[in-house]
Amino acid sequence: MPTQTAPLSATPTDGAESDEPVAHHFDTLQQQQEAVTLGMWVFLATEIMFFGGAFATYTVYRREHSAAFHAASRELDLVLGGVNTLVLLTSSLTMAFAVAAAGARKKGLTVLMLAATMVLGAAFLGIKGVEYHHKYEHHLLPAFGLPFEWHDHAQAGGAKLFFSLYLGMTGLHALHMVIGIALMGIFAVRVWRSVDVGHRRQGTEVLGLYWHFVDVVWIYLFPLLYLIDRS
Amino acid sequence: MSDPHGATVSPSTSTSPQPSSPPGVVTVTRPAVRDPVNYLNVDYSWKSWLLTVDHKRIGILYLLSITFFFVIGGAAAVAFRLELMTPKADLFESETYNKLFTMHGVVMIFFFLIPSIPAVLGNFLVPLMVGARDMAFPKLNLASWYLFMIGGLTAVWTMLIGGVDTGWTFYTPYSSTYSNTYVMATAVAVFITGFSSILTGLNIIVTVHKLRAPGMHWFRMPLFIWSHYAASLIMILGTPVLAVTILLVAIERGLGIGIFDPKLGGDPILFQHLFWFYSHPAVYIMILPSFGVISEIIAAFSRNRVFGYRFVAFASLGIAVLGFLVWGHHMFVSGQSAYAGMVFSILSLLIAVPSAIKVFNWTATLYRGRLRFDTPLLYALGFIGLFTIGGLTGLFLALLAIDVHVHDTYFIVAHFHYIMVGGAVMGYLGGLHYWWPKMTGRLYPEGWARLSAILVFVGFNLTFFPQFVLGYLGMPRRYHIYPPEWQTLNVMSSAGASILGVAYLFPITYLIWSLKFGPRASANPWDATGLEWQVPSPPTTHNFAVTPHVTEDAYAYPDSALVGDAH
Amino acid sequence: MDNAEFQLFPDAASTVASRVDALFLFMTALTIFFTVAIAGAILYLGIRYRRGANVNRAQYSPPLWLELSWLLTPVPVVIFVFIWSSQLFLEMQRPPKDAMEIRVVAKQWMWKLQHPSGRREIDELHVPTGRAVRMTMISEDVIHSFYVPAFRIKQDVLPGRYTTTWFEADTPGTYHLFCAEYCGTNHSRMKGRVVVQTPSEYEEWLGGGRRDQSPVVAGAALYEQFRCGSCHAQTVTPLRAPPLEGIYGRSVKLANGATVTADDSYLRESITRPAAKVVAGFQPIMPVFEGQISEEGLSDLLAYLKSLGTADGVTADGSGGAAEGGSREGAKP
Repeated sequence: MPTQTAPLSATPTDGAESDEPVAHHFDTLQQQQEAVTLGMWVFLATEIMFFGGAFATYTVYRREHSAAFHAASRELDLVLGGVNTLVLLTSSLTMAFAVAAAGARKKGLTVLMLAATMVLGAAFLGIKGVEYHHKYEHHLLPAFGLPFEWHDHAQAGGAKLFFSLYLGMTGLHALHMVIGIALMGIFAVRVWRSVDVGHRRQGTEVLGLYWHFVDVVWIYLFPLLYLIDRS
Repeated sequence: MSDPHGATVSPSTSTSPQPSSPPGVVTVTRPAVRDPVNYLNVDYSWKSWLLTVDHKRIGILYLLSITFFFVIGGAAAVAFRLELMTPKADLFESETYNKLFTMHGVVMIFFFLIPSIPAVLGNFLVPLMVGARDMAFPKLNLASWYLFMIGGLTAVWTMLIGGVDTGWTFYTPYSSTYSNTYVMATAVAVFITGFSSILTGLNIIVTVHKLRAPGMHWFRMPLFIWSHYAASLIMILGTPVLAVTILLVAIERGLGIGIFDPKLGGDPILFQHLFWFYSHPAVYIMILPSFGVISEIIAAFSRNRVFGYRFVAFASLGIAVLGFLVWGHHMFVSGQSAYAGMVFSILSLLIAVPSAIKVFNWTATLYRGRLRFDTPLLYALGFIGLFTIGGLTGLFLALLAIDVHVHDTYFIVAHFHYIMVGGAVMGYLGGLHYWWPKMTGRLYPEGWARLSAILVFVGFNLTFFPQFVLGYLGMPRRYHIYPPEWQTLNVMSSAGASILGVAYLFPITYLIWSLKFGPRASANPWDATGLEWQVPSPPTTHNFAVTPHVTEDAYAYPDSALVGDAH
Repeated sequence: MDNAEFQLFPDAASTVASRVDALFLFMTALTIFFTVAIAGAILYLGIRYRRGANVNRAQYSPPLWLELSWLLTPVPVVIFVFIWSSQLFLEMQRPPKDAMEIRVVAKQWMWKLQHPSGRREIDELHVPTGRAVRMTMISEDVIHSFYVPAFRIKQDVLPGRYTTTWFEADTPGTYHLFCAEYCGTNHSRMKGRVVVQTPSEYEEWLGGGRRDQSPVVAGAALYEQFRCGSCHAQTVTPLRAPPLEGIYGRSVKLANGATVTADDSYLRESITRPAAKVVAGFQPIMPVFEGQISEEGLSDLLAYLKSLGTADGVTADGSGGAAEGGSREGAKP
């Protein structure tokens, strides 16, 4: 028969540092924190598999249609893509600062860094929007029945595939960013309203994990789509 | 302990002091003697159910939903089995027939089989079995049910406005370009439901890692937990690939972007690879939890430790891993290379090994046991027999030379129904009966239940065994009309289906009946081991008043003939 | 159909059928053995150890050898059947070199077949016994699958790409042909018959009927019509396109460094989407003919190209030089 130990605790344990409250089904704060962190890593594993399917598709088609993919890739704007990469990397930096600030219990700084991350994220999306607009103007967006024109008729199919995948993959990435920015906004409000930002430290960390992941996906997308076919 | 056939009358036995309800929950005051507060009666309002974060209530919500979808999927089957009684088209136009079998597959796989055991029994029991007060992420758990309902109701709505006719496998370019039916809506419904599956799996994994009670180290966990853990690994790693694949099909249809369109240089075989990369492991999502149920039932009803506990545990993990490596066996005649075929063939054959270990070990658990043939054991023993046949016919299919002939025929249909219905569904029913007293606090009528189990077994075999013969004769699947010489076998199959259909109505009826009229159950009517049996039937909202401390292995029956593990 | 009566086992009408059946029956015996063994064990243990029975239930520790034995025993069985099946499968994938070629075009919802002589059939295929037949197949729309249960063969038929299968019929009779990959509304109506005849009956059948144009002649006409010679003729200088004499079966070096064999798929792709595989030393200037030529037309063009000689110097009209209509249209393009 199982024996019984300490009664269940629904309140914070040691009072030395005022940490976030422990949910009723966890026994200790540490257990809760480990569970939340593990949960986010498991979720990121699912995201890797999700993008992985798209990357696999791209890889297969790049082999099948290498000439067309080479040519189509050169149409992508290296400058805008490069700037976007810097913007996103910087946003990961500000995100890391936000996590550190929350750990140091500096509420104002935390909110500022979160806001900076959101601004940089929005800038990324803005630049992406400019890129999409260029493609739209040059009739290179194979969606919604829009006209698609490729100078080399022989390569048209492959080029259309490239731009389909470009749109699909960067679009998925952008969707993840939109969701990230939205969550970040909601979270920033909560941080601002919180009594003790130390209570939000783990939330910031977990949000940071998500944001860094979205950044890493771009680090893979950018070379794959913009760089490696340009020789 | 109490007599399993009798009701318990003293409510104060084996209940722990009730903890105070969490803030925001209205505690209903009831007369003290007959009805202690439990997770069911603590609050009857709609809000308390629809906004619950109690894993047990979420399990019950899933129970109701998947039963609803099972009836829909079953109705589709009744319809086309009726049509198949004659070789010609009598009842439906071909387009309607094609929609019927598609909906049967889509509903049964995505909205019944995949959630069934993990979302109903898993949600209810995983925290109890590991000694936790809830799953790691209770709100995500509720979210998973809502996602499931949104996806499921979208699929039903799609059916009502016209349906989809691609088959549940959505092969391109038929699904992406040629079909005139609601492919995108169905794809979106499945996409949404995929997230439900991911969240369930995520919850189970984190709960098993982080919320086990002190003393419950990995090799003390019930095998139910091991198999759910293995299934959850597949849920989180495989489902996203399906998600991105059907997203690509939906994008192709909706936005006109050509990804699988051969006219653009797209590759329809790529779709098959991506699709089966998930959908093969998915079948292990469907069967692994059933394995867990069978282990629990066999142990409880023979009052023995499970033979070769560690081998069974590792076999579950082995099946989950190997399951990701064999998807190409669905594509032997697709045009993929012969050498790829051979690699997939040998790997598929090797999956028989961990499955065989389980079957042998369950059988050996009976040795020197003290067996009682209550309904759960009847289902479990039926499972072993039917799963053996289903699994061995899988070997036929893993063999390239045979698969060429029987691929896309009724042989395949028979094979997977032996595993899914003879296996997974019987496991589900067995588990539902076994844990019914815990979940509801009531005993089901044993006589009717045994009769139903036998009826299900008979109906099942009559439905699906003739399909092996039909398949080898050459009857392709998804056929509305067929050559007249095959009518006899089809009539046999349809007759069996009618028996099976009726047989499934029995448990639905008497289980509902038992909620009001069944004798009340004690905490441990089966006198089984396991933390879930140490709490009242039904449990309180927070499961354990104090966190248990585990000192024994699983299945530590005092009279178990089997001592220790095989090493 | 012959034997349109109740059967429990299908007719065997090809050289591989009985070999597939032998493997199948072995596996059936294995299944029966294990099922009976498990069911028997359950029955025995269930009765003997029922609660209340007065039997020896002394404690025991399971020996490791027992666990390992049933972990390891399936392995050699599995390897044995794997080898058996793979050998048979590889044979089923490799048609003999002298196989007679039948071209198949599948579309919703019919089968269009063409003999080497040019004779066309719809939803019906006449073949002689004792002759290997290779089917080169393509779909005009969705994925179909060519299935003849009596021959135990099946092969998916894809859009945009050739797939092949082969058989040798050995028993005269009429057998079902089915489409075995769901392809839309009339999938179950996409059926046909394979009529297996003795060689003399087949010759007689082939001789009768409409005088169809030989694929080589039809292909030559298309070559003219689309003016392929304007680039591919070797009289054009500077050379704008690779020469096509002896192209079939030849090893081709591509611009990206890879080497491919000029088989049916390569040649078809070179006509429909030439930019996919550009030959080394040439510019990608060939026009795209996708959508401009039907699958039958492409098939005829390939027959014509084959008639220009193969890599090993044999005229590839599918008959190894016999009179079936593949006379060498040897005029230079």
